[in-house]
Amino acid sequence: MTEVPQPGGRAGRVHPVEPIDPDVEVALPVPPDHRWRGQGAPVAMVALGGGLGSAARYGAGELWPTAPAAFPWTTLGVNVAGCAAIGVLMVLITEARTAHRLVRPFLGAGVLGGFTTFSTYAVDVQRLVVEEGRAAAGVGYLALTLVTAVAAVWAAQAVTRSAVRRSSSGGGAPRVAAGAAGGEGDA
Amino acid sequence: MNWLLVVAGGMLGAPLRYVTDRAVQLRHGSPFPWGTLVVNITGCLILGTLTGATLAGATSESVRLLLGTGLCGALTTYSTFSYETLRLAEKGRGRYAAAYVGASLAVGLGAAFLAAVVGEAAWG
Repeated sequence: MTEVPQPGGRAGRVHPVEPIDPDVEVALPVPPDHRWRGQGAPVAMVALGGGLGSAARYGAGELWPTAPAAFPWTTLGVNVAGCAAIGVLMVLITEARTAHRLVRPFLGAGVLGGFTTFSTYAVDVQRLVVEEGRAAAGVGYLALTLVTAVAAVWAAQAVTRSAVRRSSSGGGAPRVAAGAAGGEGDA
Repeated sequence: MNWLLVVAGGMLGAPLRYVTDRAVQLRHGSPFPWGTLVVNITGCLILGTLTGATLAGATSESVRLLLGTGLCGALTTYSTFSYETLRLAEKGRGRYAAAYVGASLAVGLGAAFLAAVVGEAAWG
């Protein structure tokens, strides 16, 4: 027999890292001079979305104000809602269909990143535990936010996937991108 | 006016997070979300300091809206944090997911607690 070159051996380009971070969707490694090429429009969209998301979070706080000593239900609700929304968004734009390249920076990193907050969460825990002396409430808030936020992403992804599958079962199979590393050469 | 301050802070914080996250993530070869961890901890440090300064009576409402609600709120993120945690777990990287959650909570909360004490002492 002749020597058969190993298919899939050394030839194909290997992605050493699967993208985990939804805001850095490029396959690594990226040459240094390519890192910031074409990033002007995404950064502007993130700023615009961040302004809107922050305003929505502030509005929620105005609608449902939290008293200084109270359990921070509003921030918890904002964070969990934002997590559900990113679950829906990521399934829609990475699995169901191909989105314009500015959709993800605007909605994901911008609106939802600006809407949800980790710093207020941490300072809320600090306020409950240190200033109010309510250690149990602080720890409860810490754990409840974490668990419901991750569960919200998971549930929103599952519901969106099944909705996409159902809506596309009539006409042809859904377009499923092969992971996030598929066709995202937008650098 | 309050809304403008929040929006201005948010329009600064969100792109700052995006650029920092990207700069950090493009410089290492690990799936661990160092970029988000860095911005979340930085935001906790700034907001903790601001909280301490507020306890000392040294901040105005405008400063709190611009830097706290706007800048720190948008600089930090819970949606990306929980999305990354779930994604790590689903990719079979449960240890990374646990380490990510542990580091975010321990260092983020530690930063907020310490910065509040330092801020109150510095402005008190």
